[in-house]
Amino acid sequence: MSGVELPDRRLEVQHFAVAIAAFGLGAAMAVMQALSRADIPLPMRSEKLYYLSVTAHGVLMALVFTTFFIMGLGYFVARETLGKLEWKGLATGSFWLALFGTLMTTVAILSGTSTVLYTFYPPLQAHWSFYVGATLLVVGSWGFCAVLIRTYVMWRKDHPETPTPLAFHGMLVSVIVWILATSGLAVEVLTMLVPWSLGLIKTVDPVIARTWFWWFGHPLTYFWLIPAYVVWYTIVPRHVEGKLFSDQLARVVFIMFILFSTPVGFHHQFTDPGIDASWKLVHTITTYMILFPSLVTAFTVIASLEVAGRLKGKKGLFDWIGALPWKDPFFASVGLAMLTFAVGGFGGAINAAYAMNAMVHNTAWIMGHFHLTVGTAVALTFMGLCYWLMPRVLGRELKFPKLAIWQPYLWFVGMTIFGGINHVVGLMGMPRRVYSGKFLDSEVAKGWEGMTLISAYGGVILFISSLCFLAVILGTWLWGKEIAPPEVAFSEPLEATGKAGLWDRFGFWTVVAVVLIIAAYAVPLYDLYTMPRFESLPFKPF
Amino acid sequence: MKVDLYERIWIWAAALMIIAFLAAVIFSAGSHAVHPPSRIETVDPTKVLTEGEFTQAGVTTREDGSVLVTGLARMFVFTPGVMRVPAGVPVTFRLTSPDVIHGFQIVGTNANAMVIPGYVSQFTVTFDRPGEYLVLCNEYCGLSHHLMQAKLIVEEAP
Ligand code: HEM
Ligand SMILES: [Cu+2]
Ligand SMILES: [Cu+2]
Repeated sequence: MSGVELPDRRLEVQHFAVAIAAFGLGAAMAVMQALSRADIPLPMRSEKLYYLSVTAHGVLMALVFTTFFIMGLGYFVARETLGKLEWKGLATGSFWLALFGTLMTTVAILSGTSTVLYTFYPPLQAHWSFYVGATLLVVGSWGFCAVLIRTYVMWRKDHPETPTPLAFHGMLVSVIVWILATSGLAVEVLTMLVPWSLGLIKTVDPVIARTWFWWFGHPLTYFWLIPAYVVWYTIVPRHVEGKLFSDQLARVVFIMFILFSTPVGFHHQFTDPGIDASWKLVHTITTYMILFPSLVTAFTVIASLEVAGRLKGKKGLFDWIGALPWKDPFFASVGLAMLTFAVGGFGGAINAAYAMNAMVHNTAWIMGHFHLTVGTAVALTFMGLCYWLMPRVLGRELKFPKLAIWQPYLWFVGMTIFGGINHVVGLMGMPRRVYSGKFLDSEVAKGWEGMTLISAYGGVILFISSLCFLAVILGTWLWGKEIAPPEVAFSEPLEATGKAGLWDRFGFWTVVAVVLIIAAYAVPLYDLYTMPRFESLPFKPF
Repeated sequence: MKVDLYERIWIWAAALMIIAFLAAVIFSAGSHAVHPPSRIETVDPTKVLTEGEFTQAGVTTREDGSVLVTGLARMFVFTPGVMRVPAGVPVTFRLTSPDVIHGFQIVGTNANAMVIPGYVSQFTVTFDRPGEYLVLCNEYCGLSHHLMQAKLIVEEAP
């Protein structure tokens, strides 16, 4: 090496490696699923394999890839902005615990004993190791949360007046959202699913289980999204030589996510029995509140990019867009991720509409929706960020730069086809999570056939894009030319925040969030637990 | 906090947009009573096959002319498998499951409900267009989930 000493990045690299491996495996399953839904007679195509694969794809993509990537990013941001990490031993231990849990769950899925999909609604019952593995993954992630919180507390002692560095501010919010979210999951898994799968209790209540699950499930989406916003706010503007348009507002946005990301879960249970319509309406209102910080983000981020274009001398209404580095793999990924998110977010407003939801609930539309949001806005941002991170973390130049630049565009095209067509066919009534779209040759289902085929083409393009991504990552890691790592720099705001204040009072905001959550959930949960009910025995129809 | 003019305009526009959305949702919920299926009623899933109303799954016309469909969603069939109902008349569905969670979606309408063991799902729909509709399960319920379906025939009102 050319005399440059790389700082110790082992922890981050380990996390990113697990995330990328999960992504690769998930992508291989995905293409097979996309083809199966179109009734393409693949060798070995079977119902058993399809639902097993959907379970694995959902878990690996939505839970493993995202969580490990976010943990790696959290450690990276903490080190870069606060200068060091506390409790490193806990961080390492938590990594191995989370990895062990992940492997346990993955083996449970691949063994065919746990084909319950990543939502694992009882009374479908998986093998106990599926739930225990997932628990260990979450407990490991709590270790990560503890490390970040401890690091912040120690830093704050030494810097009582300094505003929290914005990138860390966002990561800490993500940590808080994750803790609020996983508290619900913990209740579901520890008091219901684990003892039930071990035979310690005989029955569980499916509506109560779903309620705890969606207490977790919606803030989960913000746990994914906030780190992507951190990248959009604090890394991208700097990378394109712009300035962050508003530092203060970004902080307000993050804090709003603490407040509103959890008390909204019933928007996933609109058509469930057992929950009163008025509580569903309450959750609808909070759901619309959560749209607000994202709308503000759209403005701030676009304005920051415009600043970049203007600084390059562009004066027209739109010509600043052309001045952005669309041939840079990192920027292209994020730019396309943002564009996709604009469409995806709009669809989200429809899903959340109390009565309109019935048109789309559990149809392919939903599947289209979350592939635009988490599957692209978040995932493509993370993939793009890898291109930015690799030289900085490994001290290596990107291998196969041509592939790296093609990759986000391929993803974008593939996802526009895949996501777009699934929105359409979902509106036509096609359900999600089906091995075949034929429905015993029913007349209506014939109208879906061409669409599932187009969706499959989209899936193939996405798969090719995934392969490009993996090739660049592996190539760089193994054979990338060693270089002096470029500087890690975060965006400067147009106007800096002077002093730490209201928006740095994380404890206070968390308390407010807990109050909101109690207001949204206490009564309906109390009613569910206390009314006369008949719980369910386990079933394993797989 | 200093906020740029354009940003302030945008914030207000965003807030207004959200208020408009919400007003539309609340107004339609209040005035047309458009609520999603939210019945609160429980039933013993181990008994629905042997006793009570669900043993007589089928379509009945009630005294006031409205129609009641009592049905079961189970691995991997719906009973009744064919439902004949008149057009233009409110049809109330009462559904439950003796095993896992299923969905009940009538393609081409906005009838869409979760059917959860231990609970009764109930909702009322009026079908205006006569014809044959596909009813399908839209919640994964096992390896034959994608085969689970029924037929709803909406007949010209007599
Ligand atoms: C390689 C590109 C991808 C393709 C071709 C793809 C394709 C698919 C297909 C065909 C399904 C099953 C749909 C069904 O039957 O309902 C699915 C489900 C899913 N995908 Fe992807 N996907 C891709 C990437 C991603 C990414 C990056 C994420 C998230 C980070 C993701 C998250 C999910 C989730 C959460 C499900 C739901 C599983 C379920 O319904 O239980 N996918 N995907
Ligand atoms: Cu949600
Ligand atoms: Cu089903």
